[in-house]
Amino acid sequence: MAQIHIFLHAFILFLSLFFVVTNEKKHETVTEVCPNTPSVSPPLKSKTTKAERRALQEAQRAAKAASKANGNSAVAESGKAALAKSKNQSSLKKDGPPVTSEVTIDKKSGNRPPEKERKKDAPPQRMQFDDQNRVGKAKRRALVNQTEAKNRVELFRHLPQYDHGSQLPNLESKLFQLDSVHPAVFKVGLRYMAGDISGVNARCTEMLRALQEAIIDYSTPPEKVLIRELTAKISSYISFINECRPLSISMGNAIRFVKRRIAKLPLSHTDVEAKTALCSDIDRFINEKIIIADKVIVGHASTKVRDGDVLLTYGLSCVVEMILLSAHDVGKKFRVVVVDSRPKLESQALLNRLIAKGLSCTYTHINAVSYIMHEVTKVFLGASAVLSNGTVLSRVGTACIAMVAHAFSVPVLICCEAFKFHERVLLDSICCNEIGDPGALATVPGRMDINYLENWTNEENLQLLNLMYDVTPSDYVSVIVTDHGMIPPTSVPVIVREYGQEHYLI
Amino acid sequence: MPDVHTLVNEFLNQLKKRKIEGSQATAKQAAELLRSVISQQRLPQTHQATALISAVRAVGEKLIAANPVELAVGNIVRRVLHIIREEDLSLATAAIDGLELSAVSDDEDDVERDDYPVLSAAAVAAAARSTLRPPSLQTLLEDTPISAAIPHTSSSGGDSEGKSRSVDKSSRGRKLKHDVIEAVNELIQDISTCYEQIAEQAVEHIHQNEVILTLGSSKTVLEFLCAAKEKKRSFKVFVAEGAPRYQGHLLAKELAARGLQTTVITDSAVFAMISRVNMVIVGAHAVMANGGVIAPVGLNMVALAAQRHAVPFVVLAGSHKLCPLYPHNPEVLLNELRSPSELLDFGEFSDCMDSASGGSLHVVNPTFDYVPPKLVSLFITDTGGHNPSYMYRLIADYYSADDLVVKRRPATTS
Repeated sequence: MAQIHIFLHAFILFLSLFFVVTNEKKHETVTEVCPNTPSVSPPLKSKTTKAERRALQEAQRAAKAASKANGNSAVAESGKAALAKSKNQSSLKKDGPPVTSEVTIDKKSGNRPPEKERKKDAPPQRMQFDDQNRVGKAKRRALVNQTEAKNRVELFRHLPQYDHGSQLPNLESKLFQLDSVHPAVFKVGLRYMAGDISGVNARCTEMLRALQEAIIDYSTPPEKVLIRELTAKISSYISFINECRPLSISMGNAIRFVKRRIAKLPLSHTDVEAKTALCSDIDRFINEKIIIADKVIVGHASTKVRDGDVLLTYGLSCVVEMILLSAHDVGKKFRVVVVDSRPKLESQALLNRLIAKGLSCTYTHINAVSYIMHEVTKVFLGASAVLSNGTVLSRVGTACIAMVAHAFSVPVLICCEAFKFHERVLLDSICCNEIGDPGALATVPGRMDINYLENWTNEENLQLLNLMYDVTPSDYVSVIVTDHGMIPPTSVPVIVREYGQEHYLI
Repeated sequence: MPDVHTLVNEFLNQLKKRKIEGSQATAKQAAELLRSVISQQRLPQTHQATALISAVRAVGEKLIAANPVELAVGNIVRRVLHIIREEDLSLATAAIDGLELSAVSDDEDDVERDDYPVLSAAAVAAAARSTLRPPSLQTLLEDTPISAAIPHTSSSGGDSEGKSRSVDKSSRGRKLKHDVIEAVNELIQDISTCYEQIAEQAVEHIHQNEVILTLGSSKTVLEFLCAAKEKKRSFKVFVAEGAPRYQGHLLAKELAARGLQTTVITDSAVFAMISRVNMVIVGAHAVMANGGVIAPVGLNMVALAAQRHAVPFVVLAGSHKLCPLYPHNPEVLLNELRSPSELLDFGEFSDCMDSASGGSLHVVNPTFDYVPPKLVSLFITDTGGHNPSYMYRLIADYYSADDLVVKRRPATTS
């Protein structure tokens, strides 16, 4: 009897805790989005702080009692898990990788909530790979076994540097064992790892479609609440995808959107209603933020293309390709210079498509940019993300192109959708980047005579560094063409702030 | 001189077909070739310097025309011409000191280039004056006074001095050739040892725990860095590949084999990495008179990035790379476009080239880049370190103003 009493007590407390937590989350949302109402927030903050602390203590006591009573360890776990999920959500607000594992948060959450409240405006810690503890914990929970690269570059110890050959077959063999991962998500993860999908728009769309399928197939277990469970499942899927290939910054925006939509679902909805609402929301996101946004961007940017122009582009950006093709369809006479770089040589695909459509193109490699730049009238570049200090994160080499264009007084137009804008700030390309396969540098496809680096792994003093992204400073960018219009790089934080709320209140 | 002729033709062929790589190898071969030309040249009794000069000019014109972009060839031709003039002048001044003469000579305008043994006090004074005088209209009309002067002196000189003069002339003639060949040997020696002299200065510029960036491969840079390593400075090197030749791979392998921490990066990552770099050290293909650098392609980008991040951009160049010409539109005129197959496979694109859609493809593969002098922080040559604004002064050490245009005027026959 006493056991049942304790159990009920714990359950009630746990429920109240849950509501408090969601309230707190909502307040967080409100204060973040409308910071111009400071009078409202502080008293609320203190109230939730105290309430949360009390609730936490209760939860811990309940957990102890429940475990003592040898009862539902599930209750204690779920109590802790609820807290962890909410923390996870706030930590995931800023960026994708939730490899900041729930285990560590559990341990810290007991003592930390007040500080967390105060510090919530600062972006939380990303997973830093030189922190041995967290790396170890993440590895234990990881579904994908990554082997560390042998010759690691010291400057990039804070980023994952893995051996790229080994995990794909390993992961394929696990296909039928990983029942915690939905098959659609698994497929997307495999495709990321194999490098089939590249480019933020494609990656985002594929990931959202996979999440959609996962949501459709999802069914709430009995006695669980849809919102929490679904959020937990989605987080685990995202961490799986992140292990396959680190998420880019703007994909974090999309994930944040999905989680907020889930959190905003009214509790009265049944499973079916909730799932259809979510799927239509995701559809609308993809449609509005990516597809229609691209059309708007193409419309804006095509006005900038004039007869007799020589346009330079770099890398493979789908938006820039659309702009060039649409300007050509309208009948404008211009030339295109396509610049390419190792090791991906992505621009060759773009070159093929442009020539097939009848544009006259010049192809060169990035070292020759100074040679070709005096012929060029405008530079069109794509972006992976645009950060709040006006800097542009995109394919490595973009910064070089923008710099040379600036030196020759050629305008640089960055074309990107507004969902890629992010509150983060970055000063250089070292602190946040992705390291690709170093073996790709050692060989040159099509040139058998370039084999000096055949046995580079045996040389202990030799490392190969294959950076994927770099950061272009804002003074090299003339204008950013987005679906909100053509804005200077200094207006990016304004867009993030003003249209951020609209983004989330769809 | 049939064998010299064949040598010259061989070298010309190699230059035209671009078989010789690197300015040091080209310079050395050119110097050796000119040495053979000089040693096999039969000199007349008088005006030997003139004869030598015109012979070297004849060969030099052909060499420069074979590969105008390889500036080292022109540099060596001009160096040799300058050597001939210098040796001639020094012999003349030595002869002046040795002889006391009273013969009349009134052709002071070509004393500068002449090997006249007929010298009076007036001529001595004229010689002294002309070496210090800037080129006048008379000295500019260089070719015609020679033939006019010969009857002059033979008429002005007395028969009494004839015999002694002729003896002097022949010995002086042999001496001139000998001196010139010695000086050309020294030049060849300098070219071969320029690496060591530059590498000696490495310790002054590289301190402990530095991070150095370079692009492509240059033997000078390799020796420079290894010399610093010998002196127990530990530092790291980032080597950019240097597409499309990928010489950076070679350099990185060499450096790693010699014990330096090396990282290979792609050329596109230069801007990303340069914020963590302390110094950029590169080699050059040629250094122009204004301090601008003709460098392997991609270095202008690196120089701009270095300027942005206030990283010193140091260029290592042997003195045989210093060209007395000022660059005009160097991206086009002093550049060479190589085969597009280094960038694209012919097979991949032949299909789309044939398509009837009207698209056209043009592949651009330049070899060199021009780096303007304002982007260069320091030149390190075998004579020491210099500012780009100082390079034009070094020209006076190595070259004469008369030799800037090696092409002979069609009116002359000598």
